[in-house]
Amino acid sequence: MVEKALLAIFLEGVFIKNFLIIQFLGLCSFVGVTKDVKSAAGMSGAVIFVMAMAATASYLLYTYILVPTGMTFLDLISFIVVIAALVQLVEFVVRKNIPSLYRSLGIYLPLITTNCAVLGVVLLNVQSEYNFMQSVVFGIAAGVGYTIVMLMMASIRERSTFVSIPSSIRGLPQAFLIATMLSLAFVNYFWVIPI
Amino acid sequence: MSTTTTFIIESMAILGGLGLAVGLMLIFASKKFKVETNPLVEEIITILPGANCGACGYAGCADFADRVVNENAPITGCPVGGFEVAKGIGGILGQDVSESEKQYPFIRCHGGLNCTDRFEYVGFEDCKAVMMLSDGEKGCSYGCMGRGTCVRACPFDALTIGEDRLPHVNRNLCTSCGLCISSCPNDVLVFAKESEKVHVRCVSHDKGKTVKEVCTVGCIGCKICEKNCPEQAITVTNFLAVIDQDKCTGCGICVEKCPQNTIEIR
Repeated sequence: MVEKALLAIFLEGVFIKNFLIIQFLGLCSFVGVTKDVKSAAGMSGAVIFVMAMAATASYLLYTYILVPTGMTFLDLISFIVVIAALVQLVEFVVRKNIPSLYRSLGIYLPLITTNCAVLGVVLLNVQSEYNFMQSVVFGIAAGVGYTIVMLMMASIRERSTFVSIPSSIRGLPQAFLIATMLSLAFVNYFWVIPI
Repeated sequence: MSTTTTFIIESMAILGGLGLAVGLMLIFASKKFKVETNPLVEEIITILPGANCGACGYAGCADFADRVVNENAPITGCPVGGFEVAKGIGGILGQDVSESEKQYPFIRCHGGLNCTDRFEYVGFEDCKAVMMLSDGEKGCSYGCMGRGTCVRACPFDALTIGEDRLPHVNRNLCTSCGLCISSCPNDVLVFAKESEKVHVRCVSHDKGKTVKEVCTVGCIGCKICEKNCPEQAITVTNFLAVIDQDKCTGCGICVEKCPQNTIEIR
């Protein structure tokens, strides 16, 4: 396998392999927490942190425990354990330090545990045989891509509440339409950076 | 030992060890980042019904308990628990609570089968869906559509759609949470106190002739009840009789006189 430059991995993670609207991972938070920019930003911060930490921890776990013992088939279940623990940790910290954010995130904070985007990052790292730095960069990139899309979506949805549209597509249908258009915009990155 | 057994033991050891390490880390973190919660909140959570129905307007029972202690949410805010729970919360917080009268949802329409249909509706069984088709299938656009949106909104199974295609309230199960009332798309359901005996079972503001064409029990605005009420408790405005419950003594004269049998004592 050809060694990829870190910048290429980063850009690929943010734009071309964008987790939310190209790979369709982690959609429940995408629809659920994008009603206002503030909570979308908070959620994104938490997700960046969890993704970077999960990429780090899972790389160490995979390379230094699972591979030497020949237990690589345990990757899925052990990654889930690691991610769940990390999310719990983030929840403790947020609850202690930013109670207002904790309240506005509500159910979605524990939902990062089952957020397939986080597990997706970790499994893609293993699949692409990235080394340590590449894994961490890809983790951060995935988080940054998530953040960009979350903020775009939240801003659009915040503004579009003032638009008069038929009541039959108000709310979630409208959100799906916005998501479609965002997704189409991001698909164009395939041609911008051919990899 | 066979290789399979070693293999299983090894994988168990790795997963178990991982779990143990993670668990220890979390215990440490939960000690370090412990949030001091008010013990009163925990105490209130234990006496709340725990239905998490959201009828109080907060995210759930735990959220309500938190708001009661920290943000002056009303002690009587839980409609499901009623007086007993309010008294319990008052006891914990050292406040007196006086009992308010029980109130139940009341269906302000007697149409059902007495009201003609304009067309045969085939589709999703939901009042809101029926409403989208030119204000419903019923000849009267004010009345109950009987498609059971309120029944599905009730978390306590207190409502049923009867033979007459109108919702009926089971008072033993009803907790007065008001979720059915907010779910009704036609505002047919309202709260009525138990002492309020006499009710007009119609909400139609149509003229008498129009009402008579579609419904045999609707209010035609003839003002007979208004003239006969000894307490002047009834006024007919906009072709609909409205009872002032403060003045009403429940004598029942209007019920007898009403030519359409719209007014009833319950």
